[in-house]
Amino acid sequence: MKVLEFMWADRFEILQLSAEHIFLVFVSITIAVAIGVPVGILMTRKPRLGRPILAFANIVQTIPSLALFGFLIPLPYIGGIGTRTAIVALLLYSLLPIIRNTFTGISGVDPAVREAARGMGMTDTQILRQVEIPLSLGVIFAGIRVATVIAVGVATIAAAIGAGGLGMFIFRGTSMLDYRVILAGAIPAAFIALAADFGMSALERYFMRERRS
Amino acid sequence: MQAMPPTQTLLEFRNVEYAIAGGRKLVNEISFEIGQGEMLVLLGRSGSGKTTLLKLANRLLEPTSGEILVSGRNTQTWDPIQLRRHIGYVIQDVGLFPHFTVERNIGLVPSLESWPSEKIAARVRELLVLVGLAPETFIKRYPHELSGGQRQRVGVARALAADPPVLLLDEPFGALDPITRSEIQKEFRELHHRLGKTMIFVTHDIREAFLLGTRIGLMQEGRMVALVTPDEFLKLDHDEARAFAGCLQ
Repeated sequence: MKVLEFMWADRFEILQLSAEHIFLVFVSITIAVAIGVPVGILMTRKPRLGRPILAFANIVQTIPSLALFGFLIPLPYIGGIGTRTAIVALLLYSLLPIIRNTFTGISGVDPAVREAARGMGMTDTQILRQVEIPLSLGVIFAGIRVATVIAVGVATIAAAIGAGGLGMFIFRGTSMLDYRVILAGAIPAAFIALAADFGMSALERYFMRERRS
Repeated sequence: MQAMPPTQTLLEFRNVEYAIAGGRKLVNEISFEIGQGEMLVLLGRSGSGKTTLLKLANRLLEPTSGEILVSGRNTQTWDPIQLRRHIGYVIQDVGLFPHFTVERNIGLVPSLESWPSEKIAARVRELLVLVGLAPETFIKRYPHELSGGQRQRVGVARALAADPPVLLLDEPFGALDPITRSEIQKEFRELHHRLGKTMIFVTHDIREAFLLGTRIGLMQEGRMVALVTPDEFLKLDHDEARAFAGCLQ
């Protein structure tokens, strides 16, 4: 109960930091979708590009998140201390699941369906927009969901480079050795992750309504 | 029924070959003509090259050599998209788009051709009646809500949507149970007589070939070893023909 009392006392700061946290995740995921989905589609059209792009995204994913934030700080334009660097780091983390799922989803469309579409006289663009994307929407959405939940977790580290967010509580709590302070950051972060997951699945159901079971 | 003599040639293959990487010929030196209203059945075992031959006609595959003429024009001079919309295409089972309703599936080619929506809606109803499905019941359904036989009817309706002069059918009734299959074959024969469309129909079922074909093209290892009427087929002095004819007993 001590934790809840503590959180209630700090509710305004928690709300403020939660808002920063959500902002970081929202902006980076939006950009990651805007880049990742077209890249994933491009990879299905130019298979030669596929391997190097996936390799790059895989390597980024293996860099420990704290190290990635650190690496970005000295870089010009995208680096430095603060929100912008954090968004770039989160964006890089989110790309892999989005690119990979877009690529897998579209490659996974039944070749017979694709051939039927060609046989009907659909152009490549029509096949992509009317057949391949709708049929792989579930897989693409799953990628965005995974990326979002990961980003909510990774965003706690953004506090280390001055980008704010709920990580502020967690870092403060670890240096003070006060579990209440840590939990004041960790509990809302967990809620945001759950809410994002729930929200994404609602969005997915909305787009997939009337679809085959 | 009697084979009609080819009146106006709608589709012609001239010395067509199709080889895959490594040089193996899946379609070897094939020449034939099909006239207005004919139903040519390509009969052969799996891997005999009949599906490959079909796909050469609408340029899903490009011939290695030789030429194919559709409505008197070499397919290489057609825009492939226009060519395919000029030719109806029916394939086994998977051909319907699972995320489209029956209405959108049937109306696909007309909508690609930018018909006005009232005209598409009217055409879809007309076609559903033609293939024996009640429009009110089926128009809003998805393919997974249909039986196998209903799906194939919708597939035929879709291929007919933009009123193409030529239809290609790749084992369209292959996945159906024997009773449904027999019903739909008979209906389809009626439909062919009524519409007078030119069709190439691929099957490995000799009964189907005899029921539907005005002529039968027997395929073996990429070659067309015979092109005859059903009556002549039984008299053929060829091992593969006798092997198929043996299945009739």
